[in-house]
Amino acid sequence: MIRLETPKKFAGLVHQASQVARQIFRPISRRYDRAEHTYPRELDALSALLDGMNAAGGHSGAGAAGVRRKAADGATGNRNGANLSTVLGTMELCWGDVGLLLSMPRQGLGNAAIASVASEEQLARFGNRWAAMAITEPGCGSDSAAIRTTAMADGDHYVLNGEKIYVTAGERAELVVVWATLDRSRGRAAIRSFVVEKGTPGFDQVRLEHKLGIRASDTAAFVLRDVRVPRANLLGDPDIDAGKGFSGVMQTFDNTRPLVAAMAVGLTRACLEQTRELLSSAGVNIDPLRPAYAQSAAAAEFLRMQADYEAARLLTLQAAWMADNRKPNSLQASMAKARAGRTATEVSLKCVELAGSLGYAEGDDGHGLLEKWARDAKILDIFEGTQQIQLLIVARRLLGKSSAELK
Amino acid sequence: MRLTRDAMGLGLRVLNRIAGLQSMDRLGLRKPAESVIYGASRAGFATSGAASRVFRSTRALLQPARQDPQRRGELFDLEPSPEQSMLREACLDFAREQLRPAALQADTDLQIPAALRDASGELGLHLLGVPEHLGGAGPERSVISGALVAEALAQGDLGLALACLAPSAVCTALALWGDAGQQSTYLPALIGPQGPAAALAVQEPAALFDPFRLATGARRTPDGYVLDGIKSMVPLAAQAELFIVAAHLEGRGPALFLVESSNPGLAVQAEPAMGLRAAATGRLLLDKLRLPLTALVGQAQAQVYADCICLSRLGWCALAIGTAQAALDYLVPYANQRIAFGEPISHRQSVAFALATMAIDIESMRLLTWRAASCAEQALPFAEATALARRLCAEQGMRIGSDAVQLLGGHGFVKEHPVERWYRDLRAVGFMEGAVLL
Repeated sequence: MIRLETPKKFAGLVHQASQVARQIFRPISRRYDRAEHTYPRELDALSALLDGMNAAGGHSGAGAAGVRRKAADGATGNRNGANLSTVLGTMELCWGDVGLLLSMPRQGLGNAAIASVASEEQLARFGNRWAAMAITEPGCGSDSAAIRTTAMADGDHYVLNGEKIYVTAGERAELVVVWATLDRSRGRAAIRSFVVEKGTPGFDQVRLEHKLGIRASDTAAFVLRDVRVPRANLLGDPDIDAGKGFSGVMQTFDNTRPLVAAMAVGLTRACLEQTRELLSSAGVNIDPLRPAYAQSAAAAEFLRMQADYEAARLLTLQAAWMADNRKPNSLQASMAKARAGRTATEVSLKCVELAGSLGYAEGDDGHGLLEKWARDAKILDIFEGTQQIQLLIVARRLLGKSSAELK
Repeated sequence: MRLTRDAMGLGLRVLNRIAGLQSMDRLGLRKPAESVIYGASRAGFATSGAASRVFRSTRALLQPARQDPQRRGELFDLEPSPEQSMLREACLDFAREQLRPAALQADTDLQIPAALRDASGELGLHLLGVPEHLGGAGPERSVISGALVAEALAQGDLGLALACLAPSAVCTALALWGDAGQQSTYLPALIGPQGPAAALAVQEPAALFDPFRLATGARRTPDGYVLDGIKSMVPLAAQAELFIVAAHLEGRGPALFLVESSNPGLAVQAEPAMGLRAAATGRLLLDKLRLPLTALVGQAQAQVYADCICLSRLGWCALAIGTAQAALDYLVPYANQRIAFGEPISHRQSVAFALATMAIDIESMRLLTWRAASCAEQALPFAEATALARRLCAEQGMRIGSDAVQLLGGHGFVKEHPVERWYRDLRAVGFMEGAVLL
């Protein structure tokens, strides 16, 4: 039966996440936006709490690791599982602060990658540690098949060489999932991801970026010089001809894109709530029954933004619900990411415009955070696949085109 | 045969009818429809309403019959029930095989072919919103089923879908808000396979029209009401034998009234428009139209009227989704086959991205509409969800219509392709009130 309300069984989890966002994230939001590169100590206590939430909720975790697709357990019929609860929790937390969510120990995108593709043995070794994700290089971003970091087999190890940039939580994480090619001449088929321990000789952090937004989250650059990684740290199948290689690493995105979309949804809701309050105090009331054009321009604009928000939210829930029900969701994950990333940016910027200097000026809470959210939002339309990449993915699926045909 | 009172019974009667109908295949609708133009389908020529049968209560009801709200779901779920899937498939077949081939001629003729209207009556789609007890389809209210049906029919043609669904709006409104007398007087005739045409008239000819500030007025008299005003874009205006008319009841607010076409205070004027032409839209001219006390539907309750407006807007959302989906389905093979500069135009990002955006937009229109419809059938508040769905469908629906013509270029501008018709029809979604009701 078609029903799009949040299931009652997740009400507790959503409430907890909302409390964390309200009581922990919001009060320190501006502090760590100003103090870029300072580790938010408050999050250590929080991660213990989050572990508790995960344990209490069984498989219904609120964290990035919740995206693992477990083997079928024989249950039939509609499922609302870890993917759905994870995006719901992420939406709430990012209503609080996206940068702080990205800085939460053990909730890195690397953790989502490990959860998505690691073997049970690897999961046991890495599952409880904080993992960042390293894909981008100075010479390649969206074109991840063109990465130049190499991994050469040498006895029981791979030897990695190259350069990685834009590694979210790279400084603070214990592990970095590094994308590298086993054979540069073999293109995307040879790309694999490797779990690299921080402190491995030759794996050096060379820089932290100064950014437009999500400043509470550190963004690191690494150089890899003859970094020896145990063979057992390769995620997925080492055989280049196995055919599942690149699609294996790309599969991570089916799980992480809904998460990023959920971040965008949470941020957008924060902007809308704040703006509704400002409009209301300015005497603008939004009537859902009367036609938009029979109301003030600000009210009509607000309704339009709210509709965009709802579209992003439901597309995100759809992608997560499909993952829970083991339906292939690459298309819907990209749709959600494309829509949510664009919506977060457009809505947050429009909200600053509507709020005027109240939204443009820096403040510690309430409308004083609007300008921060408008800066934080932009990355959500870029990382884990830009708007343009998502449209390419959707278009190729829709039109039945290969990446060689539709470039 | 009366179906058992089973939650799964919803729509089976309708499915059964569709199955029987298709096996007969006696419609012959692929032949060019006869080009008979109704006298009333020329603008500016006002006639009295369609000669009306006498509606008479055939079976006394002690109290009105209602469908129950859906009470089952707990979880988030995007899977239609197996029955809803069958219903949707059957409607898609009807849309593809019957509506689409007849659409161009119907658009030109400003009318739905009689055979097609009969066929849609035989399908029994208007039974969906009517309680089983009154000969309808099922015990439970399913707004989602209504949305699936409207979307599927609009994939054939929006104008014809509107013509098919216009009587349903009146049936559903009577089922939802009619009192025992109104239900027993009108529903038995309406739900028959050859039931009369009927229409829900809300729209008025005014810029920035607001259905909560109606110009059409109703005045209480000692023995009833007197209505004055003009209703616009009423589907099947000249054929319908029964209308539900929205008017501002003095001292009370907007309300719904049952008006039979034989009422001497009623004149009908054709109002052909940019689109929706197959639905034979017209104006109702209400001139000191006298109604008995029993004509007032839902006791002029504000909630009844607001629900009516919202359920109607959801109908327009579903029609927009179907039309937009038809456009996308038409564009994908076109973009893959049309060669420019040595390769299919779909290899160009400017074309491919426009199509990807359309696909995302359609998916989001559908999800927002489903959410509002699902809240409505569970008797949860749904006004805000409806407002958002309408906003999205109005804006994105029209953009899809416009982009569809654009991507076909000159081909999009000529009637050899259906795309220009979708462009014209989709313009209505942004402002239309009434006419359909889920």
